[in-house]
Amino acid sequence: MADNEFLGNVGGRTLSKPPTPGDIFFDKSFRFLTRAFTWATIFLLAFIVYKIGGKALPAFPDLGIKFLFTSVWNSSENVYGILPQIWGTIYSSFLALILGGFFGITIAIFITQDFLPYKVEFALKNIIELLAAIPSVVYGLWGIYVLVPLIRPLANFLHEYLGWIPFFSTRLSGLGLLPAVLVLSIMILPTVAAISQDAFKAIPHKTKEAAFGMGTTRWEAILRVMLPTASGGIFGALVLGFGRALGETMALAMLVGSMSTLTLSFFAPADTIAALLANTFPEANVGLETGALMYAACVLLLITLIVNIAGAVIVTKATPGGDRR
Amino acid sequence: MSQTGLQLPQLERQPMEPRALKSIILSAITIACAITACIPLFSVLILLIYRGGKRLTLELFYTLPPGAFDAHGVGGFGNAILGTAFMVGIAGLISIPFGILAAVYLAELDPHSKISETARFCAKTMTGLPSIIAGVFAYAVVVLVMGHYSSWAGGIALSLLMIPTVMLTAEEAIKMVPNPMREAAYGMGCTPAQSLVKVILPVAMPGIITGVVLAVARAAGETAPLLFTALFSESWLSPNNPTASLAVLIYNWSSSPYENLIELAWAASLILVVLVFVLNIISRSMGGKTKL
Repeated sequence: MADNEFLGNVGGRTLSKPPTPGDIFFDKSFRFLTRAFTWATIFLLAFIVYKIGGKALPAFPDLGIKFLFTSVWNSSENVYGILPQIWGTIYSSFLALILGGFFGITIAIFITQDFLPYKVEFALKNIIELLAAIPSVVYGLWGIYVLVPLIRPLANFLHEYLGWIPFFSTRLSGLGLLPAVLVLSIMILPTVAAISQDAFKAIPHKTKEAAFGMGTTRWEAILRVMLPTASGGIFGALVLGFGRALGETMALAMLVGSMSTLTLSFFAPADTIAALLANTFPEANVGLETGALMYAACVLLLITLIVNIAGAVIVTKATPGGDRR
Repeated sequence: MSQTGLQLPQLERQPMEPRALKSIILSAITIACAITACIPLFSVLILLIYRGGKRLTLELFYTLPPGAFDAHGVGGFGNAILGTAFMVGIAGLISIPFGILAAVYLAELDPHSKISETARFCAKTMTGLPSIIAGVFAYAVVVLVMGHYSSWAGGIALSLLMIPTVMLTAEEAIKMVPNPMREAAYGMGCTPAQSLVKVILPVAMPGIITGVVLAVARAAGETAPLLFTALFSESWLSPNNPTASLAVLIYNWSSSPYENLIELAWAASLILVVLVFVLNIISRSMGGKTKL
C-alpha cells in the first residue's frame, strides 16, 4: 500500500520518460544556434577588418605608402596625407596616458591599500566608474564651454614666460591639444584605475604583511613591494588605457582644433585620425577622398588592434587567474 | 645588573622621522590626486544642472528642433529622443540574442575549445574597437549598399559596440551559477538546452541584465558610430531616412553660433547623462543581487 502512495495513480507505470523528439530537436537546434553565434563573433571581427581593408584598397595605388608620410589634406586637389593625424593620435594619447595613468594608478593605490574606511572607498570607486559613464560628447561640450576658458589664461601665461620651451611655443587661442589631452586623460583614468585595482587585489595578503613585518612604513611597502609585484598588471592597464585613448573620437573631434599641423606645442591645434574621420567623412567626396578616409580608418584599426591585443595579452599573463576574468 | 648600557630602540614611530615623514607626504599627495580626479565629474554635473536645467521643460520632449532664426526658448528635440530610443532598440534586438547565445556556448557548452578561446579573444578585442570604426564599417556595409543614410545603419553600428559587452558579462554571469544547480537539472533528465533555458539562464539573469543595461547605457551616449550612418534630421522619426539622436544633436549644436541651440545642447546633455546614470544605477543594483 505504501508503495502505491508514492506511485500515486500512475498504476505502476514509471513517471520518467525519454526526451520526446520535440525535446531533442529543441536541444540540437539550441546548441547549434549558440555554436553559430560563437562562430559569428569571430567572423564579425574578421569581416570588419576585411570590409574596411577592402574599401581602402582601391585608394592604395593612388595614395601609396607616402599617404602615411605627407601632411596635406586637400580635397579640391585630391592630395591626401595623414602624417599630422598619426602624430596627433599618438602624441595626444601618450600625453593623456602620462596624466591619466598617474592619476589612475594613484587612485588604485588609494582604493586598494587600506587608506579608507569601506564606505568612502566604495563611494570613491563609484565616482571614478561614473567618470567613464559620461558620454564623450558631453565631455566635449563641457570642454568647449568650461575647460577651455578655464585653462586659457594659464596656458597663455606659460607661453608668455616659458615660450622658449617647444611645448609652450604657441598661444592657446581656443581649441587645441591641451584641452583635448585633459579630457582624454579623464576618460582613460577609470580604465587604468579599474585594471590596476584588479592587479593590486590579486596580490596575496601575506606579501604585504611580510613587508610590514620587516618594519616598512606604509609607503615603503607600497613602493618597494606592492607596486613591483603588481607591475605586470599595471603595465597592461596602461597599454589598454593607451588603446582607449587612440580610438577616442568625439571629445577630440570637438576639442583638438582639427588642423593638419605637426607640432610639439601643447597649445597648438592638432588633429587625430579619429577626429579626421568624424569631421571629414560626412561631407567627403565619393571617390578618392572616401577611399583616403577608409585608408585612414584602416590605419587606425590596425594601430588599435595591435595595442589592444598587446594589452589584453599582458593583463592575462600578469594577473594570476587572469584567464578566468 | 644595571641596564644603563643597554639602549632600547625607539619602538614608536615618530612623525618627524624622515621615513615616516615621507610616508605622510606621499599619503597627502595621494589624497590630493583622488580629490582632483573627482572634480571633473562634479564640475560636469553642476554645469549640466545649471545650464541644462534652465531649459528643461516638458516641451523639449514633444517638439521638433527650432529653426536657426526662431525666437529664443522655442523648440525641443522630441525626435532625437525618439531616434536614440529607436536605434538603441535595434541595436539591442541584434546584440542581446547574439551576445547571450554566444555566451552560453563560451561558458557552458564548450568553454575550453579552440573556437571558444578564439571567440572570447575576438570579443575582448572588439571591446577596444574605436567607436568611429563601427561607424565606418556600418557605412561601408549598410549605407553604401542601401544607398542612403538610415536609422537601420545607426542601429547596426551601435550593435557592434554592444555585442562584446553583453557577451562577456553574460559569460561571467553564467559561470557564477552554482554547480549543484546544473547537476540537479541534469539529474532530473533535462537535455542540455532544457537545463540552460529552465534552470541556468533564469539563475544567471540578474547578471546578464546588468551587462545588457550597461551596454544600453554606453550605446545611448555614443556619437561617433551615428555621425555618418544615421546622420541627423529635423523631422520626426522615419526609419528609412536620416534619423536624429541626442548624441549627434549635442555634437552638431555644440559649435552652433545660436545661443538657443547651444542651450538646447546643454539640456540634451543633461537628459542624456541622467538617462545614462539611471541605467548605471539600475545595473549596479542588479549586480548586487547576483552575488547570491
